[in-house]
Amino acid sequence: MLRYVLHRLIVMIPTVIAISVVTFVIIQLPPGDFLSAQISELQAQGEGVQTERIEYLRELYGLDRPIWQQYLHWAWGLLHGDLGWSFEYDRPVTEVIGDKIFLTVVISFATVIFTWIVAFPIALYSATHKYSWGDHGLTFLGFLGLATPNFLLALVMLYFANVWFGTSIGGLVDPQYLDQPMSWGKFVSVLQHLWIPVIIIGTSGTAGMIRRLRANLMDELQKPYVVTAKAKGLPPGRALLKYPLRMSLNPFIADIGNLLPDLISGSALVAVVLSLPTTGPVLVRALQSQDMYLAGSFLMLEAFLVVIGVLISDLLLAWLDPRIRFSGGQSR
Amino acid sequence: MAVEPRQPQETAGAQPVGNSEHWVDPEPWHVHREQPLTPEQERYYTASQWRLMWWRFKRHKVALASMWILALFYVVVAIAEVVAPYDAQTRDPLHIHAPPQPIHLFHEGRFVGPFTYGYQMTLDMTTLKRIYEPDRTVVQPLRFFCRGDDYRFWGQWAGDFHLVCPAEDGTFFLLGTDRLGRDMFSRILYGARVSLTVGLVGIAISFALGIILGGVSGYYGGWIDNIVQRLIEVIRSFPMIPLWLALSAALPPTWPPIWVYFGITLILGLVDWTGLARAVRSKVLSLREEEFAQAARLLGAKPRRIIGRHLVPSFMSHLIASATLSIPGMILGETALSFLGLGVRAPMTSWGVLLNDAQNVNVVAIYPWLMLPVVPVIIVVLAFNFLGDGLRDAADPYS
Repeated sequence: MLRYVLHRLIVMIPTVIAISVVTFVIIQLPPGDFLSAQISELQAQGEGVQTERIEYLRELYGLDRPIWQQYLHWAWGLLHGDLGWSFEYDRPVTEVIGDKIFLTVVISFATVIFTWIVAFPIALYSATHKYSWGDHGLTFLGFLGLATPNFLLALVMLYFANVWFGTSIGGLVDPQYLDQPMSWGKFVSVLQHLWIPVIIIGTSGTAGMIRRLRANLMDELQKPYVVTAKAKGLPPGRALLKYPLRMSLNPFIADIGNLLPDLISGSALVAVVLSLPTTGPVLVRALQSQDMYLAGSFLMLEAFLVVIGVLISDLLLAWLDPRIRFSGGQSR
Repeated sequence: MAVEPRQPQETAGAQPVGNSEHWVDPEPWHVHREQPLTPEQERYYTASQWRLMWWRFKRHKVALASMWILALFYVVVAIAEVVAPYDAQTRDPLHIHAPPQPIHLFHEGRFVGPFTYGYQMTLDMTTLKRIYEPDRTVVQPLRFFCRGDDYRFWGQWAGDFHLVCPAEDGTFFLLGTDRLGRDMFSRILYGARVSLTVGLVGIAISFALGIILGGVSGYYGGWIDNIVQRLIEVIRSFPMIPLWLALSAALPPTWPPIWVYFGITLILGLVDWTGLARAVRSKVLSLREEEFAQAARLLGAKPRRIIGRHLVPSFMSHLIASATLSIPGMILGETALSFLGLGVRAPMTSWGVLLNDAQNVNVVAIYPWLMLPVVPVIIVVLAFNFLGDGLRDAADPYS
């Protein structure tokens, strides 16, 4: 097991390096970037204090050095937890991000749990009542969930919440807690607001999960050992839960790797519509105003979160399934 | 092929061999002469692969219906100028944020054919909100096959022929108007042109990339495979929509709209090809060991020919099915980008651009019809999903 963990960690390193390169390229992509605009603006204003600022910025990003050195400079900063300077907020990126990354993690985690809790019984029912009315109905609902874009669903729900209840369901805490530090009251308030974005973000992932689990379980139920178990007189519930269900659970965990990017990606837009204090709205704002270091940091962190998520799911899978553990991670 | 069943009594050319009792039939033996096929069986056995797939596809009724719905959408998109009652940019300053005008058939119990009632507008002086009431005295019969707004068909040929137009001096806002008094229905039709083609162009790019990179990676294996696999892993680590957003934010703001359109399709395709490449790779990996691939190799075919002519066609149907399933993602991607103002820009219209107006919940609460572009988005995405599902079931007709 330890060898496998080490192997996975070592494989992760080049991936993370490649991600940082891609992110850096994206930061450099816009032709008239925020930084040079900022500097020319500062220069236009002239005066001594400003030249110090310009020098500081040049120093910070190593602007007069060749591009690969700029990258190294930036990556070295990353390693030290220095994500660069946000021009829009005029503060270091790490300060802007603050608890936004944390809330993104909370929402993603809650959504994964939600997806499991909902997908599990529905898939179980669908697979055991194949082609019944219930199955068809649930399949259709699943398709609808897959097809409805999350942010549009959020929009529609906002509208109906407004029409029916006259309240706004946006935000993640009650207004009085907005700029308060974390407290028990705030925590409860977050929990009260959390379920709406979780349901909205979770719909498409849940639908996909149901379809995969249903297909897996149906494959498993056709295998001879299930027939044997039934023929030997095992009660139907036991013949279902004891082995086939366990076997078909593997993808549940393996899928976190696929689910996580989708969740983060979907939540970015939902967060914009529902004005959640997560990374999404800040990312979009940063992109709209070409505050590329801020945007790049978010992109980098989100990709990093995904890599960590995949790592966790792989380790869990290895822990559950000895076949993966002993083949040294050659599968997948 | 049709083979005459053998008549045992009249074995024409049968000769006794030597003095023996054995009779040998000189005719070539054919199994179907012993067991004649019914015409249906024969049709089935001799059908081509694509015909078999079509038969199986037809059994999936929902997928079939989806196909027709999509066909209808694309036909409408092709002739949007003619179908739309207004031009996409026509502004009616007297009817800003007008609610949808339903079509009526009877006026005071009398049949007059399809018509709309006129609007009566009052301005709420406290909220400055325009309030429209249908004016039951003004009957505006619709005109059909008529001359209306001028347009340039496909931006090329001038014309003014429409399938349906409002009455002279009347209005026909089937789905209401937006903040500049432009007809929502017409704008949805025009917007469909961008929204529905973005997926097709994008999938063409991602298809090409997926087949080339996946094919090369699966065929050669080794370090090439390793590099491509790592690349796929890295791209997949980025959440798709934020990555799309970041890339499209990098499109220069000075570009003309048509360039932006192609830039966006390119971005959609560049990010999306990984799934397809993985599918191609795993298929090529297993198929390259088959005899026919080996035969081609022994005959001296180049890798490009083996991959392109021998391997890829044998799982083309699967590829088409999975490509169909990834079109909706692209349509949604474009919608999301434009919704946030990072995608297609005015004067181009797409469903996302239209939804951009519906971003604010206060606006939506007062003018709910601004949200209507959601409906075609969901219909099209659902239809593509069902179509892809049917295609996937039909992709392997021999199973």
